[in-house]
Amino acid sequence: MPLVLTLEQAYARAKADAGFQAELAGYLSSYVGRPSPLYFARRLSEHHRARIWLKREELNHTGSHKINNCMGQILLARRMGKTRIIAETGAGQHGVATATACALFDLPCVVYMGAVDVERQAPNVLRMQLLGAEVRPVTSGSATLKDAMNEALRDWVANVSDTYYLIGSAAGPHPYPVMVRDFQTVIGREARAQILEAEGVLPDALVACVGGGSNAIGLFHPFLADESVRLFGVEAAGEGMQSRRHAAALAGGRPGVLHGAHSYLLQDGDGQILEAHSISAGLDYPGIGPEHAWLRDVGRARYLTATDEEALAAFALCARLEGIVPALESAHALAKLPEVAAEVGKDGIVVLGLSGRGDKDLASIAPQLGRLA
Amino acid sequence: MSLKRIEARFAALSGEGRAAFTPYIVAGDPDADTAWRILERLPAAGADLIELGMPFSDPMADGPAIQRGAARALAAGMDTAGVLALARRFRLGDQSTPIVLMGYYNPILNFGLVAFAAAAAEAGVDGLIVVDVPPEESGPLADALEAHDLALIRLATPTTDAARLAIVARRTKGFVYFVSVTGVTGGKEADAGSIKSQVEQARTATRLPVAVGFGVKTAEGAAKIAKIADAVVVGSALVEVVSESIALKRDPVPKVLDTVAAMAQAVHSARAGG
Repeated sequence: MPLVLTLEQAYARAKADAGFQAELAGYLSSYVGRPSPLYFARRLSEHHRARIWLKREELNHTGSHKINNCMGQILLARRMGKTRIIAETGAGQHGVATATACALFDLPCVVYMGAVDVERQAPNVLRMQLLGAEVRPVTSGSATLKDAMNEALRDWVANVSDTYYLIGSAAGPHPYPVMVRDFQTVIGREARAQILEAEGVLPDALVACVGGGSNAIGLFHPFLADESVRLFGVEAAGEGMQSRRHAAALAGGRPGVLHGAHSYLLQDGDGQILEAHSISAGLDYPGIGPEHAWLRDVGRARYLTATDEEALAAFALCARLEGIVPALESAHALAKLPEVAAEVGKDGIVVLGLSGRGDKDLASIAPQLGRLA
Repeated sequence: MSLKRIEARFAALSGEGRAAFTPYIVAGDPDADTAWRILERLPAAGADLIELGMPFSDPMADGPAIQRGAARALAAGMDTAGVLALARRFRLGDQSTPIVLMGYYNPILNFGLVAFAAAAAEAGVDGLIVVDVPPEESGPLADALEAHDLALIRLATPTTDAARLAIVARRTKGFVYFVSVTGVTGGKEADAGSIKSQVEQARTATRLPVAVGFGVKTAEGAAKIAKIADAVVVGSALVEVVSESIALKRDPVPKVLDTVAAMAQAVHSARAGG
């Protein structure tokens, strides 16, 4: 507990410090490549009959939104005098972003990754190693994201004096969900200004995929007070909600406590945490960020689910229609465009968070690609 | 009984001038029957208090030994009701040895805090350690346990400073559990020298007995801690014995009890031996 209290205080000081914010803004602009474009997806718009804009987080350095948070937290870690960085990763996007930030600042980096994910996200493992990070496969439990997080927490409590734990999702103990959200709100702040510039009005709906929920909360948060803007999060339904092999904590879970957060969790009748299942390693978490649970409970945001099959179809469709290969995670958001478009109508404006690019997924879905092409 | 059973046991041991030996086993490891045969015989082997681990799917404060033990127990069908059933069965034959459950919050929350406290008290459980609930978040749990006179035992670690110790001690009952190493269970060996000063610091914040655990691996190590603390907890080393026995396709019960007996002997004679 003292370690998260110390972090909370350090973050509060940094957040209020104009020097910290200016330093972060500088790296986001010159190193990450922000602002990311807001792109009018003409052919997806024609296909789905709505005005669809893509917030192109996949164009960021390292290929996903994860770097936004990593730049913020690595600057915080440096301020705190920490000399070693650890992280957990699912799809490897957060691991790559962390390894990148560590290379930039010459900090040793250990990334915990479920052994199953090491297998299915091999390109990202190589990238992390090339960047100088040590990837430690985690074989305990289901050998996926939650187990990687368990192992990172074990490392952190054993090495608290010199180690900074750089959590990549809007989950985990306070202050992480708030801090990760804050660093990701750059997505929504930019998107809000960009859509007002381009369309002259606020969008009718926002759509983003949700695992722990960092890209979604980053997109949603600057629009929370805009009540006309409908918010849609999309959870991974894996092999289907009836199959029990899914990762949809809101649609298929109950409130509980894991990793220091009280939120919805996939759990059995005894309160044991269930393995999440999704074709997308980055959504494979049995919980969800607590702020999403709150947005759902108060009715501000709605949460849909997309199956592996639906995500794969949307993945291929986006590639064909827009020349953009999305991450499988982001493909879950794309998969729900028919529902969202039907709701907002053909003149309705939709901003979709395209959180990452799909190069990393090609090898793992190669067997299905022939069928999709 | 409940909290009073813990207090009575520490009072008696204090009178005898010795520390409490407190073995930890995972309830249901490797299966309910084997765990029962170990549990039943722990007092005869020298256990003064017993920590009964509640297996959890994501034991993030535990090292590999207890992770494996919990996984075995869950695979064999252990659940919260099963843990309480083991405690109840033990209590039928032993009215004086305190049982403290040690586990994680989610299964308890899932059971219902009030229902859990009632069921634990009815089963003859005396206290509870929940490793992933900090004092700031433990009000409802403390209320539920207090209503049934169960002790909520909180953890202090080497990173717990004096100000934090006061918070930890505030609603703690029975004893304070000092985690002797920064890290998870079963990791590096605890260093008796640094523990001594930290236990002394803990005593300035509480008049409760202080138990030390998390880094005690051997009889010699346990004996050193017994000179400093009021109770010595050994867990991973015992769960490791279960793992080794299974690997050799042997019944774990005799070897676990032999290990308990050797450690209990070391703890009980530590202060007499100087």
